[in-house]
Amino acid sequence: MLRLEGVEIVYDDWRLTADFALERGSATALIGPSGAGKSTLLAAIAGFLAPTRGRVLWEGRDLTPLAPGERPITLVFQEHNLFAHLSAAQNVGLGLRPDLRLGREGWARVEGALAAVGLAGMGARRPAALSGGERSRVALARAILRDRPLLVLDEPFAALGPALREEMLDLVARIRAEQGATLLMVTHQPGDALRIAPQTVVIDGGRALPPAPTAALLADPPPGLAAYLGGG
Amino acid sequence: MIATRRPPGRAATIGGGLALALVAALTLGTLAALALRAEPGRGLGPAEWAAVRFTLLQSLLSAAVSCALAVPVARALARRRFPGRDAMATLLGAPFLLPVIVAVFGLVAIWGRGGLVSDALAGAGLPRLDIYGLTGVVLAHVFFNLPLVTRLLLQGWATIPAEQFRLAAQLGFAPGDVFRRLEAPMLRAVLPGAFALVFLLCMTSFAVALTLGGGPRATTVELAIYQAIRFDFDLGRAAWLGLIQFGLCAAATLLALRFAADAGFGGGLGAAPRRWDADRARLRALDACVLAALALFLGLPLAAAGVQGALALPALPAAVWRAAALSLAVALLSAALAFALGLGLAGLADARKARGHGRGVETFGLLSLAASPFVIGTGLFIVLHPVADPFALAVPVTATVNAVMALPFVLRTLLPALTEAREVDGRLADSLGMRGFSRFRLAVWPRLRRPAGFAIGLAAAFSMGDLGVIALFAPPEVATLPLLMQRLMASFRNEAAAGVAFVLVALTLALFWGFNRWGRGRAAA
Repeated sequence: MLRLEGVEIVYDDWRLTADFALERGSATALIGPSGAGKSTLLAAIAGFLAPTRGRVLWEGRDLTPLAPGERPITLVFQEHNLFAHLSAAQNVGLGLRPDLRLGREGWARVEGALAAVGLAGMGARRPAALSGGERSRVALARAILRDRPLLVLDEPFAALGPALREEMLDLVARIRAEQGATLLMVTHQPGDALRIAPQTVVIDGGRALPPAPTAALLADPPPGLAAYLGGG
Repeated sequence: MIATRRPPGRAATIGGGLALALVAALTLGTLAALALRAEPGRGLGPAEWAAVRFTLLQSLLSAAVSCALAVPVARALARRRFPGRDAMATLLGAPFLLPVIVAVFGLVAIWGRGGLVSDALAGAGLPRLDIYGLTGVVLAHVFFNLPLVTRLLLQGWATIPAEQFRLAAQLGFAPGDVFRRLEAPMLRAVLPGAFALVFLLCMTSFAVALTLGGGPRATTVELAIYQAIRFDFDLGRAAWLGLIQFGLCAAATLLALRFAADAGFGGGLGAAPRRWDADRARLRALDACVLAALALFLGLPLAAAGVQGALALPALPAAVWRAAALSLAVALLSAALAFALGLGLAGLADARKARGHGRGVETFGLLSLAASPFVIGTGLFIVLHPVADPFALAVPVTATVNAVMALPFVLRTLLPALTEAREVDGRLADSLGMRGFSRFRLAVWPRLRRPAGFAIGLAAAFSMGDLGVIALFAPPEVATLPLLMQRLMASFRNEAAAGVAFVLVALTLALFWGFNRWGRGRAAA
């Protein structure tokens, strides 16, 4: 279980509080207006910034003193998930060992992960030679090999077209199901939330509300969320 | 986007052509004079070989040490945020404007026989240091070029996107992994160019060789030329050595251009990206030690020169004011000429760029980096000697050679502003029918004024601190401030030299600051 215990992040006169828990193996969407602090909250969970107050716990263990790479988390960013000067296979291989001393068996697993995301045989390509969707797939292939219990996605497919985005969401859902990972995903699209996340955390007015069933939330949104979602 | 296809203005063509002709005459023309006068029949005697060997050896060592030390220094600056980081950036910029002779004075005050370090060693019963010879030459070159390489490497570090360090942290990279995956590839791209540039600069650094070198074992080719002219008046030998030096420099320049390091100057540090991989006590301590050592290495000689200089002010020699007046005259003349030449060449280069031509003019302007000022000076001496008294022409010759030496920097400062003025306002000015001087005044100068102030200040400061051609041409009763300082130091009148150093630095900084301030205009107020 991921638990945010009295977490509070303060910058000058901007603040965000969060106090909720996500069950192990659950899939949760994180929705809120721009500037509400979605990415900031993810950064606190992943260890890129220290909350002003409060703790982040995984299975009862306090993550606060751990560096980002030591946490049981794979974070997929919206952009810049790959090193431009390394091949797709090397970028995936970093998920096994940051020093890339993988051995034959390791590289075979890299090839397997690439095949699992539909990129069989494309390992030698550099990120510049891949499309946006393919780059996202490479990042997901690495997430497969990292096999961390918590998979956190920060609007990873925002730049992709609708059909491709749905395809990638299904891929995420499949990876999550195979690994039994807990999923937390920031999205701007109510449709994305409905597609793979049964529950949703809404950030509104400086507070991350406890998770609520996605369908019910979208059918009858609270005022802040309604304003954000607009006419839809 | 449609490129403006106008023929360049007549002014740009004529001005640029004149500037080009003058630079060509000074570089290629003096080379021809050397070739006619040289006596290669002598071949390379043991003395010539020794000079070539020492020139190459000290340049290699200086470049290697500067590059090796710059890596930990730049890494520490690139990955740490701390109070005083901006002061550190200023300290890194100081050797760029500082007259060489003043830096040498400061280095001797710290590392010389009677210096701070030697005193400490003697107190511990150890022998005193001897700074003269290879050690001193390399030490001074590292003092000047460690900051330069550090700045080049910092630009390299700045090209690594902050997101890559974030990604590395997410993937649990150890510091070694970050170095191998992110920093080493950047270093492989940047270091060769930095090495080649420092190598070239050390080959043509006459003032250091004159003050700290000498003797059969520590004489550079340029120092040998100086001795041939001033002591033996052997112009044939000087010309032959000049050709050798030109050959060495041309080879080093080709090497440097191949790796093309773009030496940025001025400018502060960007913000340091968050570096989770370096967030360890051991690395923090390491970086703190590295930066403290750098601050002492650069700061102590500067402080020593400043303190001794201030204390010696009451005992200033009377000659200082005449020398100061001469230095100012040379510096202002040189800065004006450098600006005129730079504007002419930049105008021509920009006009050609507008018509889609290559960067020939730009490259040509940079080539004067290759011709050592000393070789040009030697050539001029040989050309002038039959028709006039070279010693009587010391001032115009020095101002001219200094201007040509500052030209690459001036050109690189002015050209981007000219190009920007054309690209942003060019079509509007065309559509309004603005032409000639009024177009320059209204549509170009407002964008040019700031870089012009910086470039003129830089050229003036360079010329103010120069101790090269003037040493070749000046008769004994004439001296600029750096030459006066060198003569005082050579006769062990250190207190007087310290006072002169103070005046020299004060005037150099005042010139640079004043012109730079003028360039910013009222907008800065």
